[in-house]
Amino acid sequence: MSRLSLIAPLLALATLANAAPPADTFEKQLANGMAVVVKEDHRAPTVVHMVWYRVGAIDEKDGTSGVAHMLEHMMFKGTKKVPGNAFNRIVAEAGGRDNAFTNQDYTAYFQIVPKKALPEMMELEADRMANLRLTAADFAAENKVVIEERRMRTEDNPQALVHEALHAAMFTAHPYRRPVIGWMDDIEQMTWQDASAWYRQWYVPNNAYLVVVGDVDHEQVFRLAEKTYGKVRVRPLPARRSPSEPEQTGIRRVTVKAPAKLPYVALAWKTPKLVDVDHDRDPYALEVLSAVLDGNDAARLQKDLVRGQKIAQSAGAGYDATLRGVSTFILDGQPAEGHSAVELEAALRGELKRVQDDGVTAEELARVKTNLIAAQVYKRDSMMAQAMEIGGFMASGLRWQDYDKVIDQLRSVTADEVQAVAKKYFGEDGLTVAVLDPLPLDKAPVRRSGAAVRH
Amino acid sequence: MKNLIIVLFAAAVSLAHAGVKIEHWLAPSGASVYFAEAHQLPILDVQVDFSAGSAYDPPGKAGLAALTHGLLDAGAGDLDEEAIAGKLSDIAAHLGGSLDNDRAGLSLRTLSNKAERDTALDLMRLALTRPSFAEAVVARERARTVAAIQEADTRPDSIAGRRFAAAIYPDHPYGVTAVAASVGGLSRDDLVAFHHDHYSAGRAVISIIGDISRAEAERIAQFLSADLPAGVVEPPVAAVTLPEAATIRIAHPATQSHILIGMPAVRRGDPDYFPLLVGNYTLGGGGFVSRLVNEVREKRGYAYSVYSYFEPRKLAGPFQIGLQTKRDQAADAIKVVGDVLDGFMHGGPTEAELAAAKKNLIDGFGLRIDSNAKLLGYLSTIGFYGLPLTYLDEFPGKVAAVTAKQVRDAFARHVSTGHLVTVVVAGD
Repeated sequence: MSRLSLIAPLLALATLANAAPPADTFEKQLANGMAVVVKEDHRAPTVVHMVWYRVGAIDEKDGTSGVAHMLEHMMFKGTKKVPGNAFNRIVAEAGGRDNAFTNQDYTAYFQIVPKKALPEMMELEADRMANLRLTAADFAAENKVVIEERRMRTEDNPQALVHEALHAAMFTAHPYRRPVIGWMDDIEQMTWQDASAWYRQWYVPNNAYLVVVGDVDHEQVFRLAEKTYGKVRVRPLPARRSPSEPEQTGIRRVTVKAPAKLPYVALAWKTPKLVDVDHDRDPYALEVLSAVLDGNDAARLQKDLVRGQKIAQSAGAGYDATLRGVSTFILDGQPAEGHSAVELEAALRGELKRVQDDGVTAEELARVKTNLIAAQVYKRDSMMAQAMEIGGFMASGLRWQDYDKVIDQLRSVTADEVQAVAKKYFGEDGLTVAVLDPLPLDKAPVRRSGAAVRH
Repeated sequence: MKNLIIVLFAAAVSLAHAGVKIEHWLAPSGASVYFAEAHQLPILDVQVDFSAGSAYDPPGKAGLAALTHGLLDAGAGDLDEEAIAGKLSDIAAHLGGSLDNDRAGLSLRTLSNKAERDTALDLMRLALTRPSFAEAVVARERARTVAAIQEADTRPDSIAGRRFAAAIYPDHPYGVTAVAASVGGLSRDDLVAFHHDHYSAGRAVISIIGDISRAEAERIAQFLSADLPAGVVEPPVAAVTLPEAATIRIAHPATQSHILIGMPAVRRGDPDYFPLLVGNYTLGGGGFVSRLVNEVREKRGYAYSVYSYFEPRKLAGPFQIGLQTKRDQAADAIKVVGDVLDGFMHGGPTEAELAAAKKNLIDGFGLRIDSNAKLLGYLSTIGFYGLPLTYLDEFPGKVAAVTAKQVRDAFARHVSTGHLVTVVVAGD
């Protein structure tokens, strides 16, 4: 059977799609400015309930990096009505699970529960939007937990250290230069007042939106939202600057030494993000370029660098078009035994050069699009994935109604457009390279990050 | 995607509302088949598991099961690895795998549309029945595996995990992990022999869920397994002997100590499974509400992550407690964990804790089976370990029936301080 005849039925299925908003998703704006988006999915009696705040590490100031994440932890410390650890207990006893995450652009809280528990989740989440009780004692205890979290995620993780160094080097003015979890010194010196001020400034309904996906009736969710979130009072938000970054005018290199065996290298360029869904073209072409390099089993980095030339132990590409700040395109990998980080850097840049010189094939383009369409089907097996998609898309300032339009735009990208962005955005002067220089364990000093270093 | 979505949701029957109907039969090949029909989404998931996990590594060849499993789709039949990767990508099918001590599994997710499905199943059959194990590919992947092991040997969490397995399973295959030397010595002939011996229809469990009929599932199961090698009778794995209590300290420059505490505890199908599951929820399994989280994280801020779990295997699988903490407070944290465990072993859960655990496990049961991907996991586990077909139906009732006394008795039977091993990597 030929390849073309295999793809044909799939594309036929996809041509049913059009750019109209999905019929199973509904939005209502509450009077206090909070948007409520409900996607009905009746496959199983489960509901994902997520509140997203349009505030993240990007909104922090030097000296209190990590406060967005620290406050996320404090949100589980109780209100007058639901004191102490009662929030977690109530969710657990409803048969659910809950958590939260902080990112450069947003902070989100979620519960996955049997559908009958949804009203209670909405009451709980609306309550802590307005009535958090933030005490010095709770803060001091949780601050230690976050310091341990940073040790685990970053201090003892060589590749995380490389990415921290990469961002600190590639951005001089833009807030993305700071790690989401915060610098260790900032976390340690943070006070409960810092967290409290953050809460008062940003945790208001006019800075939040609700995403509900699951076995619900959207009209009923809207009514519940009016009764819960709708009662939370508006407060004015501070004016926000849209941070920018001065143009980079030369290659930047940074090296991290940490206990490891294999070197690791990450290359990053600043690239445009998606702003105008209808008229932008380059973000779509960059997305396709990223997928040609690393989007499926037959993508180039695995095929050429890992399997073919055997120069890489691992290799990857990443681009995110939907964010509030400056977008980046990153290539990374570990050199294979017998090869150096320098060789792998050259090989990764060589892959870009190949696209610049020779473009991409029709076969590669077709694969990327086929996988894109199939992913729209596969994602429906996970309510959480669907909620994350809506919430993440909205966090970047885009409308969920445009999501399918984005898919259509991606499907319209041509080989010429992919070649054009490869030529346009990957110059040497805009490149930042971060390298892990591995230290043998017996040569690495015992590390005591945090308080032990200062005292 | 408006119209597509309407098509997808035309069938209003839901997964968990209707209960899950699991069908089981033996294929003519001898493979054991577990099937759940689900037409809501136009997708098909298939997993084929063999009792060919790392416990079946021959002496001195640790890593053979994993390398064999990893290379199944790296060239098969007349297709080289690039042809397989290309054909899978052309139809957006995902061929993946998982390997643990007991099981080697190959899994496929594809669109259920006939053209994509048939091609995907063709490729899966080739990978299962006619893997090439080409010399050059074996050499490359052997080198990558050695490099990955050497890298893992620098990471405190990996070091702790390997040392812990070795310590709680002395002289047992569950305690043996691949090392650079054992993998470096593997040859193509080893892989061919391992595949021939262990990937037989008689040792295969095929789990299928998705948008196909029973008749189609029968055809698929036979198609995938008819040409599997004859294999050998499943070799017995030696009995597990319990370790003596010990504390093992390993130097490392990390900022945090990585601490693992545990012992071999429970096999799949053990009648104590439900008391242990319910009890462990209170001890260290229940997200943010367990005793360990409360004492170690909430009260003292010693760790970001602290947990306990039972991992039932074919033979006694581990009971394990884990945490990471600033290296100079490791001793204090271990003391707190010990006190929590002792308190729980002696007193068991309070009535309030028991009720809370049951509420979460029973009311939250639907969350465990609310997607095809999760259900596939249950089909595979039920099939591979020979659990009753009614396992999912009975789950809430079995949880509800557990008493505090049963929890205490079950913990006393499966966990004892005389056999608990503690591993501390990067302690002061």
